[in-house]
Amino acid sequence: MALALSTSALSKTYSNGFEALKAVDLKVEKGDFFALLGSNGAGKTTAIGIICGLIKSSAGSVEIDGLDQQKHINDVKRKIGLMPQEFNFNPHEPNIEILINQAGYFGINRKEARVRAEDLLKKINLWDRRLEVPQSLSGGMKRRLMLARALMHSPEILILDEPTAGVDVEIRRSMWRFLKQLNEEGLTIILTTHYLEEAESMCRNIAILNEGRIVVQSSMKDLLKKAKHQILILECVESLSENIKIRRCECEVLDEHTLQITLPESMSISDVITKLLLKNITVAHIRSAQNRLENLFLSLTSKES
Amino acid sequence: MWIAYQTIVVKEILRFARIWVQTIVPPVVTTSLYLLIFGGLMGERIGHMQGIDYLHFIVPGIILMTVIMQSYANTVSSFFLTKYNHSFEELLVSPVPNWVILLGFVSGGVTRGLCVGIAVTFAISFFVELGVYSYGILAVSFLLTSVMFALAGFINAIFAKSFDDISIVPTFVLLPLTYLGGMFYSIDILPSFWRSLSAFNPIFYMMDGFRLGMLGVGSTELYLAFLVPLAMIALLAAVALYLLKKGVNTKT
Repeated sequence: MALALSTSALSKTYSNGFEALKAVDLKVEKGDFFALLGSNGAGKTTAIGIICGLIKSSAGSVEIDGLDQQKHINDVKRKIGLMPQEFNFNPHEPNIEILINQAGYFGINRKEARVRAEDLLKKINLWDRRLEVPQSLSGGMKRRLMLARALMHSPEILILDEPTAGVDVEIRRSMWRFLKQLNEEGLTIILTTHYLEEAESMCRNIAILNEGRIVVQSSMKDLLKKAKHQILILECVESLSENIKIRRCECEVLDEHTLQITLPESMSISDVITKLLLKNITVAHIRSAQNRLENLFLSLTSKES
Repeated sequence: MWIAYQTIVVKEILRFARIWVQTIVPPVVTTSLYLLIFGGLMGERIGHMQGIDYLHFIVPGIILMTVIMQSYANTVSSFFLTKYNHSFEELLVSPVPNWVILLGFVSGGVTRGLCVGIAVTFAISFFVELGVYSYGILAVSFLLTSVMFALAGFINAIFAKSFDDISIVPTFVLLPLTYLGGMFYSIDILPSFWRSLSAFNPIFYMMDGFRLGMLGVGSTELYLAFLVPLAMIALLAAVALYLLKKGVNTKT
């Protein structure tokens, strides 16, 4: 599979001596929906900044669609659309002008840019607010406007740095749908997020950064298989006794009808339900207590690891 | 490149046009006051300068001072604000070369200098009957002055880290140099030491060239009035491009 992005030994040391990235090797296939995760300060934004030409690397290289970023910086920039983490608009410029100007920087004339801006603003439900300035928009609207701006020049790779931070559930879900649709149309998407369920549900491949190093890079499926256990919350019909035991599982009675079970990866949920039925306990509802990716993330990025 | 350049210039023009009460009106009011006080009230007592009625003599200086201040103010405030609100990243992630960015911002500064210059000239025409000795000299003098100070404003904005930093140079450097560059007087009346010192003030040459274009009188050779600002433009443009390339205060 052809690569949309690859970095080789990418490093960044800031002037104060802080090593934000330490020889990062990253590979993202074309058409992928890729999650780049890491805790605060792990180096995600620095990596994105270098890829997009906002930050100077200290060592290493970046290739976009086979092009060396340093040698073909302008061609590379044309292929990337960036939605940054922080709002970076001119707060006094009308929303539609922000989009049209961004297209202009990529050599798209105003007439064509206006058509694209109208299309995108309608898709993200901001057409009615086109003549207002970003100052008057809510946080979620500003994020959608940044997304539209990143798409104005029809990039091949879309980089989203915390796209849904501070966005309410309804808008977040509509953004997910929109992004999934863009990915299905062939757009390569690289996503950083703190919402791990977002990464788990949308991304096919994943890399986790910890203290400037890649600690894991694999497919989401393979990574989730590594989850050693999962924690389930079971709502039971019958009243529960204090000392419920299931072999190889940890059981904790949370209240009269609620049971928390930690089960190993080798054990399936149906095994647990069967064993409970043998104890005359019927499970009415079942839910996951913790996101599997979250558990893995914590184990991979904790100091002890 | 042309579309990107056009985009930056249109954006810059719309920016200062949107806030015309802050950008166009104050210089017109200030200029009218200058003319009223220095020209109208004090000028009668001063009489003539280089054989020209004093009120007429100070007009080119007042117009050029406005052009200098406005060209500088436009690039320094606009570029600093794009850094301050991080909207400069819109340009950094795009394939716009540094020279187009610089040319776009400088063109915005020159356009504001021209617009305010025209507005001020119009206001002055209510006080003084204006004439032009050479449109060519006038236009070249205006253009060189405006480009030079727009470039200087751009460099100031690159280094500026706070709003204070963008007002220090206009107040403590530009204004004194403008006043001492022959805005209100001819350097011919200065003692020889001060006259020699004026030769190191680039604004003196621009002022002299502009006055020559408007009134037909000057204190220095015309070629110097063009050569000095041209050399300054080359130097400032090289510095600005170097700073952009190095990403000084624009990239980490």
